[in-house]
Amino acid sequence: MSSSLLRRIRIVFSTLVFICFVLVLVDFKSIIPSKYINALIYLQFIPSLLKSYDMKTLAAGGFIFVLLLTFITGRTYCSFLCPLGIGQDLNSRIGGRIKKKFRRYGFKKPFTIIRYSLLGITLVVTLVWGVYMLTLLDPYSIFARFMTYFVKPVIILLNNFLAGILGRFDIYTLSNIPVKGFPLIVYSIPAAFFLLIGGLSLTKGRLYCNMFCPVGTLLGLISKISLFRIKFKEADCTRCGRCSMRCKSSCIDFLKYDVDVSRCVSCFNCVHTCQDKAITYGIVNFKKKVHETDEGRRKVIAGSILLLFGISRVSSGQGKIVPKPKKQSTVKENRTCPVFPPGGGGIADFNKECVACSLCINVCPNGVLQPAYMQYGIAGIMQPVMDYHKSFCTYNCTKCTEICPTFALHPLLLEAKKLTQIGKAKFIKDNCIVKTEKTACGACSEACPTKACHMIPYEGNLVIPEVTEDICIGCGHCEFACPASPYKAIFVDGNPVHVAAKKPVNVESDIKTPVEFPF
Amino acid sequence: MKRRDFLRTSVGGSLAAGAALKMGGLEKLFAGTSLSAKYDLVAVMGGNPDAMFDLGIQELGGMGAFVKKGQKVLIKPNIGWDVIPDLAANTNPLLVKRVIEHCFKAGAKEVYVFDHTCDNWVNCYKNSGIEKIAKSAGAKVVPGNSESYYHEIEIPGGIKLQKTKVHQLLLETDVFINIPVLKDHNSTRMTCCLKNTMGVVWDRGYWHSNDLNQCIADYALYEKKPSLNIIDCYNVMVKHGPQGVSKEDIVSMKSQILTSDWVAGDAAAARMLGVPVEKIEYIPIAHKMGLGNMNLDSQNIKRIKM
Repeated sequence: MSSSLLRRIRIVFSTLVFICFVLVLVDFKSIIPSKYINALIYLQFIPSLLKSYDMKTLAAGGFIFVLLLTFITGRTYCSFLCPLGIGQDLNSRIGGRIKKKFRRYGFKKPFTIIRYSLLGITLVVTLVWGVYMLTLLDPYSIFARFMTYFVKPVIILLNNFLAGILGRFDIYTLSNIPVKGFPLIVYSIPAAFFLLIGGLSLTKGRLYCNMFCPVGTLLGLISKISLFRIKFKEADCTRCGRCSMRCKSSCIDFLKYDVDVSRCVSCFNCVHTCQDKAITYGIVNFKKKVHETDEGRRKVIAGSILLLFGISRVSSGQGKIVPKPKKQSTVKENRTCPVFPPGGGGIADFNKECVACSLCINVCPNGVLQPAYMQYGIAGIMQPVMDYHKSFCTYNCTKCTEICPTFALHPLLLEAKKLTQIGKAKFIKDNCIVKTEKTACGACSEACPTKACHMIPYEGNLVIPEVTEDICIGCGHCEFACPASPYKAIFVDGNPVHVAAKKPVNVESDIKTPVEFPF
Repeated sequence: MKRRDFLRTSVGGSLAAGAALKMGGLEKLFAGTSLSAKYDLVAVMGGNPDAMFDLGIQELGGMGAFVKKGQKVLIKPNIGWDVIPDLAANTNPLLVKRVIEHCFKAGAKEVYVFDHTCDNWVNCYKNSGIEKIAKSAGAKVVPGNSESYYHEIEIPGGIKLQKTKVHQLLLETDVFINIPVLKDHNSTRMTCCLKNTMGVVWDRGYWHSNDLNQCIADYALYEKKPSLNIIDCYNVMVKHGPQGVSKEDIVSMKSQILTSDWVAGDAAAARMLGVPVEKIEYIPIAHKMGLGNMNLDSQNIKRIKM
């Protein structure tokens, strides 16, 4: 292949992938259907691995494709498919524009101890305790969080600015979208990683990928036996060192004609830059046919299994319950368990399977999903939690369950979701406007989609709420609508294990179709 | 051709009514209140929402009695809930469409439609069927989901509600047409004309926590009153209101009430729902505050059966 073609393919392909990821993650109008989101994330290594594990099947095995790809082509995943990797390349390019020094890399020794111990620690923690290390280090999740926490709000502000201008001209194609921030503390981790990865990639190329990223390190191990790799034609090499200078992974030791394939991310910059065609990308030692896996079929199998699971997912398992304390108290909302999203099954499973990539938080059309700070304990930081003071869960929506890349949220059909009880509404009479003010209210019951929360006679002409818990699904619309302040008079206490709610019973009314005007 | 005939008659009627108004007195014309001398209230029964409106508005002198050439019109249906039209939690889309068409026939420059929804607004606009049908009729469908669209106004004389933020469209348009759907309401017993205004304000929570019934009546004091109220009683939610749970909550009444007096409209609607007017507290309050007349017996009512 011609020397610059490989690099050009890489740039075009990765740009497309990157644009797709950005579009999905800033799609504040929820235009992109779930199936495209799923297709895009199918090949993300950690999410796919976790999903396969959670589903106890290899049907969601995008990661197998990645492993195979790595075995054949080396760490092409890191340059072609990883949004964080592509993003870093972009940043390195910016860095190179700022300062010449930043685009001269040169060979450096690997941080062997750091990278392999991080991989080891991640493996052990994940196998023994849960996904906590992956939450921090999965490159896809890190990228998704950057977009959700930092980029999307900027895009929304931009949209609002434009909507404001258009509105003056009586055009309402764009609408103003209120920006709801997250609790400040949850920004700390993404911000720290943003500075770390941003700084390293700006000045040192792919150092993050070759020092911290467990996926990079693991794939690096496999690429040590990969079929295709970067190699020297020693006879043609003039030892000019250009390849080494251009190597973002700092892995070319041109003096020894050696490429550290475990760090090489197959960006093909070296191949492109070599004027003597002395460095090439090609097959090593022996020849073997490359065979492709049948992607489409896998997706179909994965999809059908997902659906099957979705119909009746009520997970078992006892959750560790972390109550969320309120700052002040008149009659405090006594929440014994945080409310986690539908499809989560049991809180223990959910906490173990979610890597806090924030995709569900991102796609939620109501903004009810918020990153947790301490609701699930320190280990569950940034995992999604339903915040009914911010918003409520739309009755006719299953979006978050459809797109979870790790299967921490199982897909639910709409009819199943409408009967999935994620929590129960609790009424605090002493906080209720009807009791304290002796005036009508009923905001909670008005909002209730199942009428689990309904009004019963109170003093005089007044009516007061009452909750029939077994038909309540815990959507939180009542809590959101309740005007009592600072403590709500009705709140949803999470179910540690989601259960099936009873169907609301409905009888025909006595009122009949009129034949005459009653006035 | 029937529809065209209706429209023609209504345009003709509106011209006549316009002339009558001119003779009656200019101030009242500019105040935007209709002076259909003949009837205080028109009730239609037995047809489709659009056909009933054609008949009803004709009796009130046509849309031209309310909308003048070149005016901007705000139509405020109820689009509060994310449900399909059959469940009647929102105003019937056919009715909304026909009202828009009549406005344009009367020479309206622009017609705007919006609601501050309770459920997710994008879903409400879409699933109610109103966004699509209103756009196809040429109206502008405007979002009401963000506080930035709302501006503070004062309500002199309000007992509990002295100021509130209303949607900018209410301030920028010349004519306000209120198209509520009649429904049962869990707390106030009924939602109709007066209560539909909760969808033009931003902070409903304030109303709920500060004597809801008084706030509803207080808001009716605000100067920008609807010139016309069209009450959709085609399918009526008689229980589990205002959102409803299933089709069992709906009774087909195939009716419509048109009036410029929203207190009278609410009183008539209460009868449709079979609830004593005194039980719906904001109606007697509004009546006492002089915002309208809830005594239907003393009013000139035109009843039409199709």
